[in-house]
Amino acid sequence: MNAKAIDQETLLQNERDPLTHTPVHLLSLEGVGKHYGNIIALSDVTMAVDNGRVTCVLGDNGAGKSTLIKIIAGLHQHDAGVLNIMGEERKFGSPREALDAGIATVYQDLAVVPLMPIWRNFFLGSELTKGFGPFKSMDVENMKAITLKELADMGIDLRDVEQPIGQLSGGERQCVAIARAVYFGAKVLILDEPTAALGVKQSGVVLRYILQARDRGLGVIFITHNPHHAFPVGDRFLLLKRGKSIGYYDMKDITLDELTAQMAGGAELAELAHELEQLGGHGDVVKEVKAEVADVADGVHASGPKHS
Amino acid sequence: MTIIQTKITSPAGDERVARRSALQKLLGRPEVGALVGAIVLFIFFALVSPTFTQPNALATVLYGSSTIGIMAVGVSLLMIGGEFDLSTGVAVISSALTASMFSWYFTTNVWVGVILALLVSLAIGFINGWILMKTKLPSFIVTLATFLMLTGLNLGLTRLIGGSVSSPSISTMDGFDTARGVFASSVNIAGIDVKITVFIWIGLVAVATWVLMRTRVGNWIFAVGGDANAARAVGVPVKATKIGLFMGVGFCGWILGMHNLFAFDTVQSGEGVGNEFLYIIAAVIGGCLLTGGYGSAVGGAIGAFIFGMANKGIVYAQWNPDWFKFFLGLMLLLATIVNLIVKRRAELK
Repeated sequence: MNAKAIDQETLLQNERDPLTHTPVHLLSLEGVGKHYGNIIALSDVTMAVDNGRVTCVLGDNGAGKSTLIKIIAGLHQHDAGVLNIMGEERKFGSPREALDAGIATVYQDLAVVPLMPIWRNFFLGSELTKGFGPFKSMDVENMKAITLKELADMGIDLRDVEQPIGQLSGGERQCVAIARAVYFGAKVLILDEPTAALGVKQSGVVLRYILQARDRGLGVIFITHNPHHAFPVGDRFLLLKRGKSIGYYDMKDITLDELTAQMAGGAELAELAHELEQLGGHGDVVKEVKAEVADVADGVHASGPKHS
Repeated sequence: MTIIQTKITSPAGDERVARRSALQKLLGRPEVGALVGAIVLFIFFALVSPTFTQPNALATVLYGSSTIGIMAVGVSLLMIGGEFDLSTGVAVISSALTASMFSWYFTTNVWVGVILALLVSLAIGFINGWILMKTKLPSFIVTLATFLMLTGLNLGLTRLIGGSVSSPSISTMDGFDTARGVFASSVNIAGIDVKITVFIWIGLVAVATWVLMRTRVGNWIFAVGGDANAARAVGVPVKATKIGLFMGVGFCGWILGMHNLFAFDTVQSGEGVGNEFLYIIAAVIGGCLLTGGYGSAVGGAIGAFIFGMANKGIVYAQWNPDWFKFFLGLMLLLATIVNLIVKRRAELK
C-alpha cells in the first residue's frame, strides 16, 4: 500500500513544527475519546496541527467530525486521551477558554447573528472599548473601519458594514467569519464544513481563503466530507468513520484517488450503483456512479493487493 | 490598488451602495411604526378634544406614560434579549409591599425598607433568569410560575403581617418625606407640575439606549436575542447577559414600586395583576420583536406614550373609558402590522 499511514510514534516524537522547528505541535490529540451516555461518539483519535499547515478531517455524516471539533473548541469535554496545546495538556471548560488559547472556530452555521450588522458580528464577544469604568463604551468608528479593512485584506470588498450579516451570501459570510478569526489572533483555525452548502465557484473562493489563512501562519483544521475539496489544500488527512480513525496520512504519501477510495469504500459504491439500476434510476446517474466505482477500484488496486 | 484604497477610505463612494435617502434610513429604524402611530394618535386627540393639547393635559399624559414607560425600558431590553417576563406587574407590588411592610413592622427609617425592596426586586429578577438558564424552560412558563407565586405571596404575607389586604400607612414614619421627594414629587416647569417619574423615565430610556447602541453589553443583548448559540460560540456570556436583563427589569420594577408606595402611603396587595401585559404591549408597539434580537429602548418609550395618550385622551375626549381596552387591542394589532411591513420594506432595500 502506497498510502503510508503516519505512525503515532513518529508523529509525536520526530516531526518538527515547520515554523518553530521544535518537536512540539501547535495542537495535538492523543487517543482522544468522548461518549454521550452509552453512545461512543469518538474513540482513540490522534492527530496534530502545526503552524502554516492544513490538517483535514474527513468523514461521512455521523463519523464524529462534529464531536471532534466541539472538543477542540471547548463546547464539549473529552473523557479519554490528551489534548495538548503547544505541548501543554489542556481541557477547555468553555468556548471562551478555547478562544483565549488561540483556537477560533468557524461553524457550519457560522455563529453569526443574522439580524445584526456586519461590524457588530465581526467584533461580537471581543468588542473594542474606550473610556473607563461605568462610562466604557464601544469604539464604534474604529470597529467599523477595522472590519472594512480586514475584509478588504481577505479580498472581500463589502458594500456596507452596517447591513445585517443575514443579507450576505453563504460564501461571503464564511469569509467574514474567517477574517474575524484571523484578526483576533487565532493560532488554530477550525473550519466546520465551510464548503458544504456552497456552489462550485463559492467553494473555490472559500478554499482560497483557507490557503490565505495558512500562509499567514495559522494552523488550520479543515473539516469536510468532500475529498475533492480537502486534497488540494490539505497537508495531513485524518479519516474518521463511525467515531474511529481509519487512517491518518501525510500529503506526500497519498493520492486523491486513494483518499476517495478510503473515504467511500469501493464495495459500498458498487452496491449503490446496483441499487440505483434496479430502482430504474436515471441512466446518466447510474453511469456516473459506475464510473466512480471504476475509479475507486483503480485507486484501491493501485494502492496494493490488500483490497483487490 | 488606488481604486481599492479609495473604496476602503470612503465606503460611501461605493457605486454598489444605492444612496439611501434620509427617509429610507428612518424607515429602517425599529421604532418608526410606533412613531407614525403616535403622531397620528396625537393629531386625532388634538382634533377631537381641544383640552388635550393644553400643557396641563400633556403633563398628565406624560405622567400616565411614564408609569408604563419606566417598566417598558426594562421589558424592551429583555425582549431584545429574546426573553419574556410575565411576573413584572405583581413584582412591582411585591417591591412596594416589601419596603412598606418591613419599615412598618420593624419601625425603621423607610429608607431601610427602600434598600431592602431594591435587593428583593433584583433577587426576583435573578431567580427568574437563573431558573430559566438552569432549566432551559421557555421564559413564558418560568415567569408565569413566578407571577402566580408572587401574587400569592403578596396577598398572603400582607394579611399575615399586617392583618389586612392593604399595607398599613407609613406616612408618619422617618424618611417618608425624603423618599416621597425622590420617587413621587413634582417638578414645576413654567407653572406646570410635571411628575418626577417623567424625568426618571426619560433618564432610563437615555441610559438604556446608550447601553444598547454603544456598549459591549448592548452588543451582547442583541446577540443573545438574535441567536444565543452563535453568541455563546464566539464567547459572549449568554447566561450572565440574560440574568442581567431580568435583574434590569427588577430594577425598573423597584423604581415603579417605590413610586406607587410614596405617591400614596399604602399599597393594595392584590394590585398589579395584568399590568405585565401593558409593558409587553408597549415594547411590541415600539418595534421589539417577540422572537428577540431586534428593537430599541426608544421604541418601548414611544409605545408607552401611545398607551398614555390613549388612556388619558379618551377621558379628555369625554368618551366612556369602557372602550379603552378595545382601542388598546386595535392599536397593538395595527402597530405590529405596520412594524412588519416597514421591516420587510427596509430589508428589501
